Amino acid sequence: MKVGIIGYGAFIPRRRIKLEEIAAVWGADATSYKRGLQLHEKSVPGKDEDTITMSVEAARRAFLRSGGVEPERVGALYIGSESHPYAVKPSGTVVGEALGITPVAHVADLEFACKAGTEGMYLAHSLVKAGEVSYAMGIGADTSQGAPGDALEYSTAAGAAAFLFGADEDRILAEVVATYSWTTDTPDFWRRVHMHYPRHGSRFTGEPAYFRHITSSAKGIMERTGFEPKDFAHAVFHQPNGKFPIRVGKRLGFTMEQLETGWLSPWLGNTYSGASPMGLTAVLDIARPGQLILLTSFGSGAGSDSFVFRITDRLPEVQELAPITRVQLDNDKIYVSYGQYASLRGKIRMGE
Amino acid sequence: MLSPARAWREYPQRYRLEASRCTECGKISYPPRVVCPGCRGRQFETVTLSREGTVVTFTVVHVPPAGFEGQAPLILALVELKEGARTMVQLADVPDPSQVRIGMPVRLEFRKIAEEGEAGTIFYGHKAVPA
Amino acid sequence: MRDVAIIGVGMIPWGELWEDSLRTIWTRAAVAALEDAGVDTVDLITVGCMSSGLFVGQEHLASMVADQLGMPGVPASRVESACASGSLALRHAFAEVAAGLVDIALVTGVEKMTDVDGGAATYTLGTAADQEYESFHGITFPGLYAMMARVHMAHYGTTSRQMAAVSMKNHANGLLNPNAQYHLKVSIDDVLSSTPVAEPLHLLDCSPITDGAAALVIAPIDRARDLAGRRPVVRIAGSGMATDTIALADREDLSRLRAVELSAERAYAMAGKKPSDIHVAEVHDCFTIAEIMTTEALGFFGPGEGGPAAEKGWTALDGRIPVNPSGGLKSKGHPVGATGVAQVCEIVNQLRGEAGQRQVKDARVGLTQNMGGSGGSSIVHILEVV
Ligand SMILES: [Zn+2]
Repeated sequence: MKVGIIGYGAFIPRRRIKLEEIAAVWGADATSYKRGLQLHEKSVPGKDEDTITMSVEAARRAFLRSGGVEPERVGALYIGSESHPYAVKPSGTVVGEALGITPVAHVADLEFACKAGTEGMYLAHSLVKAGEVSYAMGIGADTSQGAPGDALEYSTAAGAAAFLFGADEDRILAEVVATYSWTTDTPDFWRRVHMHYPRHGSRFTGEPAYFRHITSSAKGIMERTGFEPKDFAHAVFHQPNGKFPIRVGKRLGFTMEQLETGWLSPWLGNTYSGASPMGLTAVLDIARPGQLILLTSFGSGAGSDSFVFRITDRLPEVQELAPITRVQLDNDKIYVSYGQYASLRGKIRMGE
Repeated sequence: MLSPARAWREYPQRYRLEASRCTECGKISYPPRVVCPGCRGRQFETVTLSREGTVVTFTVVHVPPAGFEGQAPLILALVELKEGARTMVQLADVPDPSQVRIGMPVRLEFRKIAEEGEAGTIFYGHKAVPA
Repeated sequence: MRDVAIIGVGMIPWGELWEDSLRTIWTRAAVAALEDAGVDTVDLITVGCMSSGLFVGQEHLASMVADQLGMPGVPASRVESACASGSLALRHAFAEVAAGLVDIALVTGVEKMTDVDGGAATYTLGTAADQEYESFHGITFPGLYAMMARVHMAHYGTTSRQMAAVSMKNHANGLLNPNAQYHLKVSIDDVLSSTPVAEPLHLLDCSPITDGAAALVIAPIDRARDLAGRRPVVRIAGSGMATDTIALADREDLSRLRAVELSAERAYAMAGKKPSDIHVAEVHDCFTIAEIMTTEALGFFGPGEGGPAAEKGWTALDGRIPVNPSGGLKSKGHPVGATGVAQVCEIVNQLRGEAGQRQVKDARVGLTQNMGGSGGSSIVHILEVV
């Protein structure tokens, strides 16, 4: 039985802040940040946008590309995020209710730093493959947190990507050829309960965390499937900044041509759970039938999920049915000042 | 302000834009009603409104009410959806409020509307954004 | 049905009455009306009040104030139709007196608004709108009228200047009313350059937050003649009420106030009068656009002519149809539940020839129009000297 993505959609808030605007506040040198991290600007959620609202919009777009799957036939819904609006009370129930997926559905919120989105995809795919449900949806969304003045503040962004999985031969857009997960206990980045902002191990987040897990996971899935880097039309890796995904991609043997379509971070920032999934929606927007795609996420703590997809003949028929990721990224932007950004992100403490 | 129960019973109309269509005269009521305002009929079918419409009238509120502090200016619009039903919504993601016009095409997006303070529940619904 | 007359009026100075509570302002106005009427007992008390619950946390208001007046035992009831609560208090008492259920009734309106902060006051006023589908989204009362203004402007070419002319005129009248909250000379430019509240409305297009109370005493006409002495007897010739959808989303034409049109039609029919018979009117100018729209709905001017009429001075004290000689809600203040009762006080003063510097010449027939919320209810009374 073939199982794959039968609908996908992304949502990017319209507000942006330029890296210079942040650097100026902290007396940092914008040019070296831009060169070092390859970041130019990032998306900023409005006061009325959160993981739930972005998930609903991304999911509605996924349904638009699904060939008319009725929401009530979706048997499982997973929202991966590290910025669920509630500590206790699921995001998934709101999203499910808004989409019309509930009440007969398995719904859960997931958290695994930046790979919670691909976890949802992994579970959704597996449940369909097991025959437990006809359709299942996995969503990665975040309004990422970064402490004022921290290096993370230059990258933490907002966005969501949703994927509907199914086994209807005539609906599959991207068949899942294989999955692979590689996980260890690596404390590179964390946020304790009741804390507003995460903390991280600085350079420890690099080699032992990001690079080790992604290369292990990507190599693992290629070994399992027998594919080599040259077999893939596109490869998408988790993108905490502009530099890392290109460096890890090249280290694995991929070319810039294979990497650039899904490389959104220089202009989007790091949407945490949404990051590699949104890279995938950008690739699906332009991918052609027969092409192979590699997706490898990374979540601190730490783990990497990998997927190999094969594009079907149907994908080109649905690409234009909902907003294109790159079009959202490049158009209709509303630039905000650091003051507006600080207010929107709740970084200004109000008197009680 | 709203309580969780009061918000919860409106979810079908707030989250999914469910309206009632009178089986007698065809008039669509949003939110759904018990008696049709068109013909006083009492039989309805549930319809889901589209999320596309146009601005009928609007205002830019500079003095927001309790619960919306810090959000000024707040643009409020009466939007007529494709099916003819009208709804009061906020107009979001407008870079320049002076560009809003009667007749402007808009699209409804799922957004956070209000919350019961930092510790309370969050109320979701739709806002209009420029189409 | 018996003919009914107004035999006493009671007004107190309105404003931010920091020293006074709800009960003291109400009682002062009630005492003033009883003294003016020359009676010391009544058979009925009605109280128009929009939200004593939210403003001061006091419900069961009618019994409480009857007691304050030293009249426990007298039947008393509170009525509510948002900002039209005061006129509703008169209409219900009028019906009881006309039907012969009671003889002398004390009609009152009151609102104590300054014991809560501005945000809470805005919220409380907003409860007159549809809570689930209007207020939920953050709309305010100025916002609702601003939306109607926008449609009126698009439909008829009404201008911000014309709206400002209403404010200028009502403030000029208010300068002549010692009970008014604001004694300010306001120019059109002052209005246009004042802070935007809900575009296209500016701060000086809006009525203020006010503490205030007003009272009337009504009686069967024979009793009124006995008590009148040499003063003219003012009869309630017509009373009309109508409702409309409270949500603007449910209205077909936002350039019209349907409840005002219907309530006027009913009051004119009952009184056997037409718009041209009216010599002076107090209308519900909670916002300047509201005065323009109500003067059209009352038939003083055709649709779309209310704005130009205001700008040309047709509604001034010496104009074709003087509107809001008291200063209106704009200058006199708008203690919500008291407003409708105070409008009737002003018309009675005008018809008795006791309006002082703001007296409209030869006024023998007057009209009040009091509106609830964004036009979800309207009550019109027509009074005449008999
Ligand atoms: Zn009907």
